[in-house]
Amino acid sequence: MSPATIWAWFTDPAQWSGADGIPNRLAEHLAYTAITLVIGLLIAIPLGAWVGHTGRLRWLVTGANAMRAVPSLGLLFAVSMFVGPLIQSDLAFVIPSIVVLVLLAVPPLLSGIYAGIESVDPAARDAARGMGMTGWQVLTRVELPCALPLSLSGLRSATLQVIATATIAASVSLGGLGRYLIDGLASRDYVQMVCGSILVAVLALVADLLLAALERYAVSPGISGRSVGVARSRSSRTGEASRPDPVEAPRSISTASPTT
Amino acid sequence: MSWALDHLSEILTRAGQHAWLAGLPLVLGLVVALPLGWLASRTSWLRASLLTTTGLLYTIPSLALFILLPSILGTKILDPVNVIVAMTIYTVALLTRTVADGLSSVDPSTRQAAIAMGYGGFARFRAVDLPLAVPVIAAGLRVAAVSNVSIVSVASLIGISQLGYFLTDGYARSFPTEVWVGIIACLLLALVFDLVIQVISRALTPWTRAVAA
Repeated sequence: MSPATIWAWFTDPAQWSGADGIPNRLAEHLAYTAITLVIGLLIAIPLGAWVGHTGRLRWLVTGANAMRAVPSLGLLFAVSMFVGPLIQSDLAFVIPSIVVLVLLAVPPLLSGIYAGIESVDPAARDAARGMGMTGWQVLTRVELPCALPLSLSGLRSATLQVIATATIAASVSLGGLGRYLIDGLASRDYVQMVCGSILVAVLALVADLLLAALERYAVSPGISGRSVGVARSRSSRTGEASRPDPVEAPRSISTASPTT
Repeated sequence: MSWALDHLSEILTRAGQHAWLAGLPLVLGLVVALPLGWLASRTSWLRASLLTTTGLLYTIPSLALFILLPSILGTKILDPVNVIVAMTIYTVALLTRTVADGLSSVDPSTRQAAIAMGYGGFARFRAVDLPLAVPVIAAGLRVAAVSNVSIVSVASLIGISQLGYFLTDGYARSFPTEVWVGIIACLLLALVFDLVIQVISRALTPWTRAVAA
């Protein structure tokens, strides 16, 4: 396999149009990922906020984490065999895969949000109560903003997990970039497999870098320790050592999830 | 159940292959991650660049990595070495951060006491910092072990023999029992890895029990 062969594959006009073209496969992959993450967030945000705020039903988070040990390939096949026959339409291949992807996305999202709320300084929570905030205000104005760094790193690992698993879901007939890998394997077209793998790897890297940037800029400077404007230039002039990012240490909780 | 009993010897053979493909990279990954984590815990700019690089390696989806490695290493696509190398990369990616965190978590007064007693450089790392970091490193290893067992099963898609075979074969034959046997065998194997790491970690840190007793 030479770089020239790979270059020839990518520059072949046939790869850039039609249902099997790169734009369409990439769009499919992004659509599955987006749909899964939206559904996952709709489940994980209320649940995580409620468990974190009330401290009740913590076993839900523990249980969701234990589920991560189930091999995603096995989950994919098992759910496809169960759900697939129940659906009598073109979506018979898509829905089971989305169900599996959601099942895999929820644990990292949930534990990120829960751990974020759990780690809020009790003094900050008490101060908010003392100012006369209602439980809902404490949750939305104090706990959720403070939980944002860990929640976003949960979103980051969930996104990687979904992109990776959507790739192997091509083996249960899902579209997306995984098709190049699985179809290439079936037809012993190693060039196609390698080029598909490059596309998937680049997609994962770009998604991760974008989310890392989001993590940096969406979090309130008061929480991230990132100083803004004048304050930053002054501290760098005086040569004051920048404060270590407090997000850094607890991040390992949610990056610990296996990708597939 | 009877299917599992009838195929017990095949299940055990594949479980052995699976344990090898997931377990050897744990050891190799730890050997690589220890010096990297040590470097990362000592210099802050190295910490940032090492953790970013290993973090990026971890983002590459496993199936893509299994397919890309043969053209990088010059191996055959069916060669289990690809899986070993891929899993080692993932293990290093997870463990470098854990080792760095574990070494940084050593109490500064303990470290100063060691320096005052004449421990320097490598001796202090081996006799003081590393043993005290064992619980944190073991926690990272447990995560890596569970993750490895799950990811190795994906290699059955490209035809590498291990427990994942039952998943692909069961699906291809529309035979749910076989898929469930594969899933349960993977879970049991992950559990065994988890227990082994916990036992080793306990044996290496006798002082944690002395306090509790």
